[in-house]
Parts: sequence; structure tokens; C-alpha cells
Amino acid sequence: MAAATARVAVTPAAAGMLRRLASEHGPLMFHQSGGCCDGSSPMCYPDGEFMTGDADVRLGELEVEGVERPVPVWMSRDQFAYWSHTHLTIDLVPGRGAGFSLEAPTGHRFLIRSRVFTDEEAALLRDPTT
Amino acid sequence: MSVYSRPNTPGSVVDYESRYDNWIGGERVGPVKGQYFENPTPVTGQTFTEVARSTSDDIEVALDAAHRAAPAWGRTSVAERAGILNRIADRIQENLEKLAVAEAWENGKPVRETLAADLPLAVDHLRYFAGAIRAQEGGVSQIDDDTVAYHFHEPLGVVGQIIPWNFPILMAVWKLAPALAAGNAVVLKPAEQTPASVMLLMDLVADLLPPGVVNVVNGFGVEAGKPLASSSRIRKIAFTGETTTGRLIMQYASQNIIPVTLELGGKSPNIFFEDVAHAHDDYYDKALEGFTMFALNQGEVCTCPSRALIAGPIYDSFLGDALDRVRAIKQGNPLDTETMVGAQASNDQLEKILSYLEIGRNEGAKVLTGGERVDPGGDLSGGYYVAPTVFEGDNRMRIFQEEIFGPVVSVARFDGYDDAIKIANDTLYGLGAGVWTRDINQAYRAGRAIQAGRVWTNCFHAYPAHAAFGGYKNSGIGRENHKIMLDHYQQTKNLLVSYSTKKAGLF
Repeated sequence: MAAATARVAVTPAAAGMLRRLASEHGPLMFHQSGGCCDGSSPMCYPDGEFMTGDADVRLGELEVEGVERPVPVWMSRDQFAYWSHTHLTIDLVPGRGAGFSLEAPTGHRFLIRSRVFTDEEAALLRDPTT
Repeated sequence: MSVYSRPNTPGSVVDYESRYDNWIGGERVGPVKGQYFENPTPVTGQTFTEVARSTSDDIEVALDAAHRAAPAWGRTSVAERAGILNRIADRIQENLEKLAVAEAWENGKPVRETLAADLPLAVDHLRYFAGAIRAQEGGVSQIDDDTVAYHFHEPLGVVGQIIPWNFPILMAVWKLAPALAAGNAVVLKPAEQTPASVMLLMDLVADLLPPGVVNVVNGFGVEAGKPLASSSRIRKIAFTGETTTGRLIMQYASQNIIPVTLELGGKSPNIFFEDVAHAHDDYYDKALEGFTMFALNQGEVCTCPSRALIAGPIYDSFLGDALDRVRAIKQGNPLDTETMVGAQASNDQLEKILSYLEIGRNEGAKVLTGGERVDPGGDLSGGYYVAPTVFEGDNRMRIFQEEIFGPVVSVARFDGYDDAIKIANDTLYGLGAGVWTRDINQAYRAGRAIQAGRVWTNCFHAYPAHAAFGGYKNSGIGRENHKIMLDHYQQTKNLLVSYSTKKAGLF
């Protein structure tokens, strides 16, 4: 049986930032935001800082070399209903601020890049809401 | 046409200082750790000042000042507080051009709008709450012949406010005016993208406010915003931003059992019914402007009409006329009074919008106009400009469901009234909406059926102080503007008084 399609990935630049943040803050998590201003940005917190629950789905986790514990990526369940057909890559760009996300003071900002799953990938997607 | 000189160049009406400390206890106070961060203008991408990079230590200093000020401020008469708000309004009015140019330079928005909207609305907002607090009355309920319930409004005490970058001064005033009118002391954290123009405002009104009544602490969300939002020393937190941070703030508030008000954005539908095009008259012209409102403030408005829904029978002709209107938008130097669309507020905002232009194409939406970054030339090439963009697609696409916060509208057709309402409500958000029709019955029914806090009917993007503004669904909790806003900053004190000398008879 083929492996399930991954929903999330991370670019080398973002992985580098995760290594830096993990060394300063310990285990990390992402929660993908919706809405206003700094919205639609992946927010990075010390793991557990943001309380997840039944209203959220765990899209996967990011294995980053040099970061001891994989970084889980979460999204609210209702938002996932509109995002489920897209693959997400967490990237890093120069920028300023976004809520309480840990990387903001570094002058860089995590950014979501998206693409639509191919038919082959879609056939092997696992539903994270069940 | 005229072009304002840039701040800190010869002939400018306003200059920024090279560095801004915090504003605490009625004076400038350097950050405890001595750190500052650079503040670039989105017009060119170049840094023009630096600003205090505060931490929890600075929040504590500000809270100390606020707690010292709050008891006396809360006891001032409403006439006194109203007088101060009116004097602040007058001071802004007298310095309107300065603040308008300063804000355009910091945010990238056209000075045409800061002159005509942002600052005049801030002035009006202060005056409105100066009037509202004087007109506010408590309540007297006669429970029975000998028992009376008196209801008094009391201030909460010290409150925290975290504001966004899209209207730096107006959003500060939206939150400050009702909080101050109600007698609260405030610790306010501006957005890290636009930390400086608020400091110009504080400099201008410094002599009008008792020390410590308003304290402004700059810094990053995680370093300064979080210690404010999670502090056990505030009695309320107000936040404008996005959903994940909104949830986090509620989480902190739950630990301190304090109320929150949240304004968390939207994906506002703008519905054009068939009768809009029955005549090509002034009203039709107004409707085309209403469509084009998605580009106002570079689309960086929580109520941006970012989903245009057009009736099938007029779809091609109305959209054709609307595209002409969009293509006539003048974009460029925000300090040129002819400019209608300026620069996006930050580089990460630009990158995010460009990523949405990509995912829109990727999902099969068609770009009808725009769809790319714009290079205005000269040193504006370093700024963050995006062409006003019209996508045609389907409401299930992500560009129809997520707030892009850029000059981007996604257009779809609908088939009849029921379909229009169904598509309009097929969203996680419910902040704003627009309804355009010549039929008042249809306008009323549609307005009531749309799940949104504000339904502009035959208009859009008007923000008068005495119209309640706030969200349904994921768009937030509470309202801003309007006198009902005072409730969010007041406790209710009930005195239940017996005027009988007879015992109850229980013991």
C-alpha cells in the first residue's frame, strides 16, 4: 500500500527558523490562522501554548533536522473544510509581525504557500477529521 | 493635483523623530531592556524611524501608571471627560493634514483617504462618545411599592487594547474613545507594522490627558502583546486581528475571568441584484463604485467587499462596466492626492497577497484584470504595490473563502434571490455585506437574511460613529462604534433598596 499523501511541508528557510526557535523555546506547534490583518498566516507557538480541541484538526507534523520533536500543524476544523484540497508549505519571508507568533521579532514571517493536490495525491489523502 | 513632500524632507508638513520611546504616565519612557526596532515605510521599503521594542517589564510599568490614574479618572464627571474628548478632537482637527501625511507615510495608504476619511472619522468618533457619555443614563426600576432597583454605570478600571495596522490612528480612536468616555484607564499596544503615527498623536494631545490615563507601549505581539493580553491586572481586553490570535486572547482572558471583545475579519459578500442595471443612471454609477470599493485602502479592511455576487442576467454587462471602473483606478505614490490605491502595509502582507494570486490561478480562477505586483518606478520600486485584481471563479475556492487583505475581489454569478443569499452566507465569517437593489422590499429581506453584523444597503464602506459595527460567526464578539459600545467598557452596579420599615418575616 502506498504511503498516505502528506498535507504539510516546510521549506529549508522555514526549517532553519524552526531550528532557531526550538533552541530558544523548546517544542513548537503551528496553528493556521484565518481572518483579518495578519490572518491566513501560520502562527508558531511553544507547543501547548495554544489550546487545541475538537474544533481543530491536526494536518500533520513537520520533521525538521536538528529539531528534536516534530512540529504539529493545526487548523480549525471549519476552516479545513475549505482548505482540504490544498497542500500547504510553510515558507519564510522577510516581514514584520503577526499576532503572537514566535518568529515576529526576528524580522521574518512564516508564510503559507499552497497548491492543489494532484488526482494521484488526492486518492491517497487521509481524512484528519476522523 | 498636489503631491505632499515626504516627512523629514524640505517642505513637508510633518516630520518623524528618529526614535520613539513608549508613552507611559504622561511622558516618554524608554523600554526597560533598551531595545528598539526599525520601522520601514511601505511607500519605498526604507526605514524612517525606530520604535521601542518593549517586553513584559514595560507592560508592567504601563500598568502601574494606569492603575495609579484609574481611580481618580473614573471619578471625574462625565462633563469633564466629554470636554477632554472634545479637546482631543479639536487638536486632531487642527493638525489634520500633519497626521494624514504621517499616517499615509507609515501605512502606505493614499493621503486622499487619510485626509477625507481616517482623520475626520477619528475626530467625529471622539465627539460622538463625548456626547454619548453625557446623554447616557442609568436605570430606575420600581420592583414594588417599597423596593427600587437603581442601575449605575461604573468604569471597569484598567483595560488593555491591541489594535491593527490598517487604520493606525482611527483604530486607536475607535477603541480609546469609548474606553475613556466610560472612565477607564488604558494600556494600548499598536501594531508593530504601524507603531509611530500613534506616537505623533500622543505628542499632540499630551497636555490634554491626565498622566497615566492613556499609555502606549510598542513592541512585538509575542513580547509585548501577550503580556498585556494575559495580565491579571487588566479588567478587559479588546483586540482586532485574526482568528488564531483571537482564540489565544480568549484563552488568556478565561484564565483571568475578564471579558473580551474581538474583531476578527471577514469575507464580505457584495450582492448586485438584476434591477441594479435597469437604468444606466446615477444609481448604476454608484453601484459600480460600490463594486470597486474592494480596492479601498488597498483592500486592507476587515469588511473589504471581497466577494462580488452578480445576478446572472446582468452578469456580463455589469462586470464589463465594473472592470472599466477598476482599470481606471490610479495607483502609485500615496502622497499624491490623486492616488486612489497606494502600497500594501508591509512586505509580508505583499508576499501573502501574491501567494493568494497564485493559489487563485492554481484552483482555476480566471484573472480578469490585475493579478500581479506593480512597480511604480523610482524609489517606489522598493515599496509594496499590488494591482487591483478581479478574479472570476466559484465560491468554494479558497480565494472566495479567505481574507486576502489585499485589493482583490472574487466574482461569481448567482441565479435568483435564494441562490444569492445561500452563496453570501456560505462563509465562516459575518462581519460586513453589501446589498444593491432598487427594490426596497428585496433590500430589506436580503439585509435581514445575510448573517453579518453590518449590511450596507445601496452603499459600502461608510463608518459613521453611531452605527454599530461588529461580527457574526467567526468574525468576533462585541460591537464597536455606537453608544452600545459603552457597555463593553462598563460594569453595571445595582443598588437594590428597600424603603419599607417592615421586616420580611422570615426570621
